[in-house]
Amino acid sequence: MTMTASASGNAVLDAARARHDFPVLRQRVHDKPLVYLDNAATTQKPQAVIDRLVRYYSEENANIHRGVHSLSVAATDAYDAARERVQGFVNAAHAGEIVFVRGATEAINLVAATYGRAHVSAGDEVVVSEMEHHSNIVPWQMLCEEKGARLRVIPITDTGELDLDAVVRLLGPRTRMVAVTHVSNALGTINPVEAIVQLAHERGIPVLIDGAQAAAHMAVDVQAIGCDFYAFSGHKVFGPTGIGVLYGRAALLRDMPPYQGGGDMIRSVTFERTLYADAPQKFEAGTPDIAGVVGLDAAVAYLTDIGLDRVTAYEHELLAYGTEALSSIDGLRLTGTARRKAAILAFVIDGIHPHDLGTILDRDGIAIRAGHHCCQPLMARLGVAATARASLAFYNTREDIDALVNSIRTAKAVFA
Amino acid sequence: MSTELDDLYQEVILDHNRRPRNFRALDEGRKAEGFNPLCGDHLTVYLRVDDGVIADVAFQGAGCAISKASASLMTEGIKGKSVADAARLIERFQQMVTTQSADPVPDLGKLEALAGVRQFPVRVKCATLAWHTLRAALESPDAVVSTE
Repeated sequence: MTMTASASGNAVLDAARARHDFPVLRQRVHDKPLVYLDNAATTQKPQAVIDRLVRYYSEENANIHRGVHSLSVAATDAYDAARERVQGFVNAAHAGEIVFVRGATEAINLVAATYGRAHVSAGDEVVVSEMEHHSNIVPWQMLCEEKGARLRVIPITDTGELDLDAVVRLLGPRTRMVAVTHVSNALGTINPVEAIVQLAHERGIPVLIDGAQAAAHMAVDVQAIGCDFYAFSGHKVFGPTGIGVLYGRAALLRDMPPYQGGGDMIRSVTFERTLYADAPQKFEAGTPDIAGVVGLDAAVAYLTDIGLDRVTAYEHELLAYGTEALSSIDGLRLTGTARRKAAILAFVIDGIHPHDLGTILDRDGIAIRAGHHCCQPLMARLGVAATARASLAFYNTREDIDALVNSIRTAKAVFA
Repeated sequence: MSTELDDLYQEVILDHNRRPRNFRALDEGRKAEGFNPLCGDHLTVYLRVDDGVIADVAFQGAGCAISKASASLMTEGIKGKSVADAARLIERFQQMVTTQSADPVPDLGKLEALAGVRQFPVRVKCATLAWHTLRAALESPDAVVSTE
């Protein structure tokens, strides 16, 4: 693929060139070139992120927010600069609205454990959707069990879209939180989060958006969405594992009780009384994953440089190509055919269990995910035990899709 | 296709996947449920034991070709055997699928078709799910087991 100019004059994304930035993609698996189509599970890391981690540990490693020595100052500066870059990445109004956590899972648990515990009581309701990942179900279920509250579920349509009429019906005087995913990890559906936030806010209900599957594929603007909380993971945006982000609106973060107790989250401590620091430090007890944060900073810088609008446009084309290619295979049924989709192709094939397919594809060097995708309630709704899922990133190409289709044909021959 | 894949998906396995034997429920006797939480595979093994002999055995459930074929071959392999012989077969089967792939395949008749799974460590649990579940059914009348 070569650089070509679009009508607007912006160069389109050059996936072939971008691939060179990812050393993992150069390897062979079972003597075949690696075709990595498991990006919804985790994305690969560009050399810029790997180099940044090496540089941090080689030249800058020190604890933050406490030393007067030069190394500590450098580490603190890098850490704080990362917060500002992430603020820009999701267009938050203030850097203090960015809380560093381990990942989207911890971000959601943090909100359930702090905001949730403070605001949900017996008889109250928390609304999630049928397409949620377990990480946006279980923390709320645990909260509801603890408080005697009730979890209510927005159903999906047969194509895998949220039923907005049901949202209106489900929101009531006892609803204390709406928690929905921006993009479904198992279907690819892009949810109309702005509309959901509007419906909830008209009723005074806060909204948490699980952005784990969105942040690598589209520009996220938390102010335009209007949400109260937004969660995503570093490792799904080409950054390190073990680091993630919770965005929370300043007014809510200010009044929330702390998450964990410890160093860095206090203003003063006596045995009689502890005064807590302001957000975000209030939610970041203990020495944080400093290397993870600077690695995430490098990943966000890389992704911003590539350009998320170009990523979205490129992946849209690739998704259309993949949808058509897979649809041409007899006996293959796509699960998730929403009108607005991110680049996720989930499917089932008559007579071939997804795990058998996954094993056969692996022998051709093709990495996909097979299973329930941590969405067992959704699988039950779809009436399947498992699906196969090819999830794309901007470094995937039409050749990757062609390899997938060829390998599926091999599997069909085995199971014919 | 690679030879490892040929070893894994032998004709006997594909046949038992397409047409699983003893794929039904038993109205009486004992049963056990087996889950593989990693992949969502789920099956129930039914057992009728008369005077220490497995008079009837059947299974139902959803799973991949390896787990379905393994369950199907298992029911054929243990029907009419004493409980003690079935317990020994469970051990020998386990050993066959978990040993080094260079080791000789033990004499287990049709069950030898599943030896190919040794070359696919992540798929061993698929092959052993039915056998774990059988062991649970032999040991207690109403059990639930998980391979995790």
